[in-house]
Amino acid sequence: MKFADEFRDREKAKALVCEIEKLANRIEITKTRPLNIMEVCGGHTHSIFRYGLEGMLPPTIELVHGPGCPVCVLPMGRVDDCVAIAERPGVIFTTFGDAMRVPGSKKSLIQAKADGADVRMVYSPMDALALARNNPDREVVFFGLGFETTMPSTALTILQAEADGVTNFSVFCNHITIVPTIKAILDSPDLHLDGFLGPGHVSMVIGTAPYEFIAEFYKRPMVVAGFEPLDVLQSIWMLLKQISDGRAEVENQYTRIVPEHGNDPALAAVGKVYELREFFEWRGLGSIDHSGVKVREAYARFDAERKFIVPNVRIADPKSCQCGEVLKGVLKPWQCKVFGSACTPEMPLGALMVSPEGACAAYYQYGGIKRHSALEPAVDHS
Amino acid sequence: MCLGIPGQIIRVDDVARKLATVEISGVRRQVNIACVVNEEHPVESCVGDWVLVHVGFAMSRINEQEAAETLKILTELGEAQAEMEAMRLSAVH
Ligand code: SF4
Repeated sequence: MKFADEFRDREKAKALVCEIEKLANRIEITKTRPLNIMEVCGGHTHSIFRYGLEGMLPPTIELVHGPGCPVCVLPMGRVDDCVAIAERPGVIFTTFGDAMRVPGSKKSLIQAKADGADVRMVYSPMDALALARNNPDREVVFFGLGFETTMPSTALTILQAEADGVTNFSVFCNHITIVPTIKAILDSPDLHLDGFLGPGHVSMVIGTAPYEFIAEFYKRPMVVAGFEPLDVLQSIWMLLKQISDGRAEVENQYTRIVPEHGNDPALAAVGKVYELREFFEWRGLGSIDHSGVKVREAYARFDAERKFIVPNVRIADPKSCQCGEVLKGVLKPWQCKVFGSACTPEMPLGALMVSPEGACAAYYQYGGIKRHSALEPAVDHS
Repeated sequence: MCLGIPGQIIRVDDVARKLATVEISGVRRQVNIACVVNEEHPVESCVGDWVLVHVGFAMSRINEQEAAETLKILTELGEAQAEMEAMRLSAVH
C-alpha cells in the first residue's frame, strides 16, 4: 500500500511544519532531548502513519503512540470470555470486524468461528438487535467495545431492546473510558510526556472539560485534534505554542465537531445504562482503576456477563510480547523482539498488530520501520 | 470504528425510535439519530442534515462542505471503503 502523501493543501502543511520547527527550536528542552507528544487516539495514529506525518516533523519532536485503540488493549482473558460465550449452544455472538482476529490464550473469535461457533460480524449494535428480533429462539450477544465514541451506541441499543421488550439480546460490555487511562499514563514513572493530542471523537461525546486535570494537576498541555493531516499538524503547532509560552491548557482545535460540553443525549444514555467498574484489566498496561464501565443493575438482563457465567480468568501476555512498553510509548514497535518475525498482521502475537489503528500494524504496513531503524538504535528519551 | 463517516439524512423512518435513513456515498442505511436531536431540532426537522455516523449512530451534525472534505480524506485513508464494506457485510438475518 502506498502513502496517501498527496493530500490537499500540501503547501499549507509544509508551511505549518516550518513554523513547528521554528517554535521547537525556541523551546529549551529540545536542546537536550526531543519533545515527547502522545497522540492518545488510534485514529490519530492511523492518520499519522497513512500520511507519513512523522517523517515530515523535525527530529526535535517525537510522537508517542498512545493506548487509544480499543481493540489493541483488550486483554487475552476477555477474548477467552468472548470465545466461551460464543461457543455456548444457541448463542449468536456478534462483533465489530476489528475484534475478530485478536488472539486469546487458545484462540481468536475467527478461529472459534472456524471451529463451529456462530460468530458474526456486524457493523452496528443495532444490527445485533435486529438479529435478535429475527432469531427469537437464539441468544444474541453483542461484543461492546470501544471508548466513549461507541459507548452511547450500545447504551442506546440496550434502551431500545428494553423499550421493544426484546429478551434474547445482551451486551458483553468491554467499554473503556479515556480519562483514567490518561491519568495512569501520566502517573507512569518510566515515561516523560510534554503534551497530548486529545482524541477527537471521544471528545465529541464527553466534551473538553474532563481533561482539565491534565493541565491543572499535571501541568501538561492538551489539544483536542481532528483527524486530517492539517488538523494534526495544526494541533502540534498549538501544543508547541503553549509549551513555548509556558502555558498548560486544554485547547480545542476540532471545534467543528467537538462542543465544549459534549453531547447531552449521548451522555444521558451512557449514564443511564452504565456505571464505572472498580477496575479494568488492560493488555500490557495491567489493571487501571475506574477505567472500564459495566451495565447497571437495572439493565442486568441485557448484560451478557450476568446472563452467562464467563470464566473471567486473567491471562498473562506471552513473554516475548512487549505490547505494554509499546502502548506506554517506552519502546517503539520495531524495538519489540518479535516485530515482523513472530508477530505480523497475518499472524499477530499481540493486539497492536491486529487493528489498523495499532501502532505495530501501522509501522509494519507503512514502512515506518525502515526509516527509523536506519536512523537510530533503541533509545529511551526519559 | 473511531473515525466515523459522513452521511446525509434523506428520510425519517420512525419518529418514536429516532430512526432515519442516511445516504453515505450512494449507499443507504438506517441509523439512530437520538444523539443529534433535541427540542430545538426535533426528529422531524432532520431531513437534509449532514451527520457524522459512527457504528450506525449519527453522533454529530456537520455542514455539507465539511462532510464532503471528510469523506474525501476517509476515502484516501481507505477508511470509507472499509466502513461501507462493514455495512454491506453486516449480518442481520
Ligand atoms: S510486535 Fe507484536 S508482540 Fe511486539 S509489541 Fe507489537 S503487537 Fe506486541
